[in-house]
Amino acid sequence: MSNRPLALVNARLVDPASGYDGPGAVLVRDGRIAQVDKGGGAAPSGDAEVFDCHGAMLSPGLIDLRVKTGEPGAETKETLQSAARAAAAGGVTSFVVQPDTDPAVDDPSVADFILRRARDIAQARIYPAGAVTKGLAGELMAEIGLMREAGCVYFTDVDRPIVDSRVLMRALQYAASFGAWIAHRPADPWLSKGAAATSGELAARLGLPAAPAAAEAIMLERDLALAAITRGRLLVDQVSTAAALEALSRAKGHGTSVAATASINHLSFNELDIGDYRTFAKLDPPLRAEADRQALIEGLASGQVDIVVSAHAPAPAEDKRLPFEEAAPGAVGLETLLSALLTLHHQDGLPLIDLMRAVTWAPAKLLGLDGGRLAQGASADITVCDIGAPVLIDADKLVSRSKNSPFDGRRLQGAVTATFVGGRQVYSAS
Amino acid sequence: MAKIIGSASVLDDLRGRIFPFPHRHFLSAGDLNVLQANALLDLADGLVGLSRQTTKTVDWLAGRTLMNLFFENSTRTQASFELAGKRLGADVVNMSARGSSMAKGETLVDTAVTLNAMHPDLLVIRHASSGAAALLSQKVGCSVVNAGDGRHEHPTQAVLDALSIRRAFGRVEGLTVAICGDVQHSRVARSNVALLNTLGAHVRLVGPPTLIPSGADRWGAEVHHTMASGLAGADVVMMLRLQLERMTGALVPSAREYFHFHGLDREKFAVTAPGAKVMHPGPMNRGVEIDSDLADDPTISLIRDQVEMGVAVRMAVLACLAARLEGQS
Repeated sequence: MSNRPLALVNARLVDPASGYDGPGAVLVRDGRIAQVDKGGGAAPSGDAEVFDCHGAMLSPGLIDLRVKTGEPGAETKETLQSAARAAAAGGVTSFVVQPDTDPAVDDPSVADFILRRARDIAQARIYPAGAVTKGLAGELMAEIGLMREAGCVYFTDVDRPIVDSRVLMRALQYAASFGAWIAHRPADPWLSKGAAATSGELAARLGLPAAPAAAEAIMLERDLALAAITRGRLLVDQVSTAAALEALSRAKGHGTSVAATASINHLSFNELDIGDYRTFAKLDPPLRAEADRQALIEGLASGQVDIVVSAHAPAPAEDKRLPFEEAAPGAVGLETLLSALLTLHHQDGLPLIDLMRAVTWAPAKLLGLDGGRLAQGASADITVCDIGAPVLIDADKLVSRSKNSPFDGRRLQGAVTATFVGGRQVYSAS
Repeated sequence: MAKIIGSASVLDDLRGRIFPFPHRHFLSAGDLNVLQANALLDLADGLVGLSRQTTKTVDWLAGRTLMNLFFENSTRTQASFELAGKRLGADVVNMSARGSSMAKGETLVDTAVTLNAMHPDLLVIRHASSGAAALLSQKVGCSVVNAGDGRHEHPTQAVLDALSIRRAFGRVEGLTVAICGDVQHSRVARSNVALLNTLGAHVRLVGPPTLIPSGADRWGAEVHHTMASGLAGADVVMMLRLQLERMTGALVPSAREYFHFHGLDREKFAVTAPGAKVMHPGPMNRGVEIDSDLADDPTISLIRDQVEMGVAVRMAVLACLAARLEGQS
């Protein structure tokens, strides 16, 4: 790779951090953004290599806070390397891997293993999240401080709600002293036990065990109360119901340190998508009613939902080709995240800059990550995307090692044309 | 009777009533429209006599292979399908999950692909998971009959229930049928609601709120939580089985409290329409959901008829599915 500067010209810059959406160009030197030219678009610096965006959107590279791979422990599902390739194809330049691996990331040495593997992977920046409790068992606190020092960017027990309120209270208190966020999945464990779908007419007719949508808000109310009394930092993992959004909005009004993610799946699908036992649409949390999906889109527009995640959860065919109740939940999403998000822009009229904020500047700012903005000195993690291009998702053609995409066969609008990490091109559509 | 049905013309007439099944598989009672459902009932009704005579076998399915694949134990349904297949002249193979490769961790789809390679024509499946029959049907080349998938459907049970009702009342349309008990976990209830609606009956679902699924009021059925209102003026009372482990406090406080409020006895039955009948898909928990006095009363109970109709209905279903296969090959 040469040390020649790179000029990305003739672009529509979308930079949520500065609120700019307009024509422009970006000059990259030594892996960092050297200059952002808003308005002009003329190629700066005579010796620069020129990349013509042909009017496509140029945004900060996407940052995905919720990605599962199978490494270590279940590499047939996905490795850090294969996930990074999928990320590059989807315009995602940074992602946070979840600690529910085997062994779990509940110890600084496992975090260190992931970071060492990540250093050899050029296609994306990979950050580990650490477990809140040892073995993700919800009982004893893991070494949050040491894992924080090792490089864990936040802490979570992933899909398992921490049932013991005292454990979560202490974790919030303790993590706050390191300025660390605790991500927690709100789901009442008793109502959700064994559930494969959301209670309602469809689940009842299909004969599927189901949990009421209220299971989410019930647990969230507790979490918010604990965050308020501990002054801890609570990241609500994958809010999915209208009732939970109401609770969230109230807590934000009271000044609690709370932020929320929503998965692209819950913004794109509703419970009817499980249709005739379609296991690719079996998710955790399960898909909700259309009214909940609409509330989620409104929540994203109003900023109650801070961050959108892919909730990338690879599951090989043998885990999905089973009766619905027995099939593994989850969907791959790194490659489809941006296209699906842009489809919300085209269909529901959400402003581009607000949508892009939820996958760039919002997560970067929350966790203090490098990137996520187009500013002089920031790392040159950049995504170029033709936002109008139609795409037909074919799961078999996904780069990801697992093909469990609920978007299979769907028509979306918005195709990634190029992805840059640290100024180096890691993906090209052509 | 034996002589009449055994005569060539009557048999030919019966055989002539076989029609190609509307779908390759029979997965859900909702797959039948009113014409198809009535045609199936007519055929099954005609076949009842065949099982009552000395020579019970015909050769209509000669050369066809029927596989019974039962991942859940069910003596009555399995025997019913086995007899239905044999009386039609098919080769019948019974597979149960115990001791099979399924018990050794093979997935349902792998089992299906393996069995499919042996070229069965008809595959009857019973499985504990909702949607299992639909999943299997996507992976095999033969016709699949759903003999019960989890809490989802048990369509041949609904057809045999409809036949039992039709033979007792001369019609199904316009009758009020109260389905009582554990609707939540019942595939029989789901299939019956669908078929009875198709046939024009008024359907009620009766049970404590913990045993009636949310949204059931949108299935085209009235929901009642007391037997007094649910049974008032009903022509048919269809009792469902409540599994013993669900009566220990999780869904209802105790067996005796359940029987007190929702078990069927003469007193609760008294509010039904004159000439009302009692049904039960079996096996019964006597004294829990139904009083023996009613279950064994031949003037009221259709329970034994249901079992008899089961064989005739399954013969009709298998014959029509095979007729469709013939149309394809």
